[in-house]
Amino acid sequence: MLAILDYKAGNQTSVQRALNKLGIPNVITSDPEELSKATGIIFPGVGAAGQAMDELTSGGLDALLKDLVAQKKPLLGICVGCQILLDYSEENDTKALSVIPGECRLFNPSWVDYEGIPIRVPHMGWNQIDLKQDCVLFKDIDPEAYFYFVHSYYPAPEEKFIIGETTYGRPFCSIHGREGLWAVQFHPEKSGTPGLKMISNFYNYCKEVKDA
Amino acid sequence: MLSKRVIPCLDVRNGVLTKGVKFENNVDIGDPVETAKRYYEQGADEIVFYDITASSEGRGIFLDVVERVASEIFIPFSVGGGINSVEDMRAVLMAGAEKVSVNSGAVKNPDIISQGAAAFGSQCIVLGMDVKRVEKSEQIPSGFEVVINGGRKFMGLDALEWAKTCEALGAGEICLNSIDADGTKDGYDLELTKLIATSVTVPVIASGGAGHPDHMVEAVTEGRATAALIASIVHYGEYTIPELKEHMASKGVKTRSTW
Repeated sequence: MLAILDYKAGNQTSVQRALNKLGIPNVITSDPEELSKATGIIFPGVGAAGQAMDELTSGGLDALLKDLVAQKKPLLGICVGCQILLDYSEENDTKALSVIPGECRLFNPSWVDYEGIPIRVPHMGWNQIDLKQDCVLFKDIDPEAYFYFVHSYYPAPEEKFIIGETTYGRPFCSIHGREGLWAVQFHPEKSGTPGLKMISNFYNYCKEVKDA
Repeated sequence: MLSKRVIPCLDVRNGVLTKGVKFENNVDIGDPVETAKRYYEQGADEIVFYDITASSEGRGIFLDVVERVASEIFIPFSVGGGINSVEDMRAVLMAGAEKVSVNSGAVKNPDIISQGAAAFGSQCIVLGMDVKRVEKSEQIPSGFEVVINGGRKFMGLDALEWAKTCEALGAGEICLNSIDADGTKDGYDLELTKLIATSVTVPVIASGGAGHPDHMVEAVTEGRATAALIASIVHYGEYTIPELKEHMASKGVKTRSTW
């Protein structure tokens, strides 16, 4: 059973539809007991970092999430859920969860793309990932595969936590973390077949950890 | 590198896929859920739905279509048509749409954009603009005027000013439709597309007039759009989406080539 963290700033239903399509048992919840029992947690998010942190802290979910990560509960953060695992976000000047060292910064519209044209903000659409480290989430996924992004801020974690980079004007970190704690800037639940495969890889990892 | 998006547009009336020319003479051409699924499997980068139903009964049928689509396709899709309040936005987003497109509703009440952006984030608020060429005047200095009600009602709004206003209010993307080009298959209005795309920093989707894959290439190069909306060119089977993408790639346009 995967738990999809329920807080007001998420896109829980999109993630749930993807899990249902894959036949992965799941629950949308903020209940500490259910979260502790789950084989893994998906931490979704859309909208703004400030609002997301407010929702988390007002429900005491910030401390719970940190505890679960400390207990090595597998976790997949998506989009804003990926950004606020860091120490800080420039968006709304937000102090974040500090699960992974680093911060989240605004794209600079003076950067130019491969055509020499200034980048548009938000970074919206399909882009690729250049893996810097092996990652089980990418098992059996074409290295050329595209994923769907929509964001104005990008994660900038400490270098050793960078798993993959994407180029938009310049390379930025699009997946960070460590084994069992992954944070992806793109939306696997909206990235077609490669995205669904990634979610299924995460679930398989969670099951292996639980059975080990 | 970010790829240019190819986005089929599905007009839905009473739950059925339909297509007209210049917003008139609509004919029913199929089931929207099946069609969306086929385009998803063929590599569409996103899908746009417009509900052109007038009745509230039709509205309920449409929300049901949205929910069924959301369970079948795993790429983003936006929904527009009849969005006049934050509650209307919430209904389609809860039904599973990624983005919501406001058009007439924003002209009547621009605050709906800022309210929607505050409630759901700019990334899901798309400004839909229907634009017609007019003589340049003091009121319409760009020579492009915003029209509503399916292209029938002129609003005295300059399209360029309107695009900038809505970007400032929090629209995260602009879907720019030329009424003059819509359904003609003679190509997008490149002058209009470039004018708006180079005046805002949010992504602009070119819409109206695609009849040949070269038109799509022009939209994202000369027109500076980041995406090309298509309808007839795929609905009637003249081209498949992979054919369109291959053609664009052969002209040096970066497209999503595997899915």
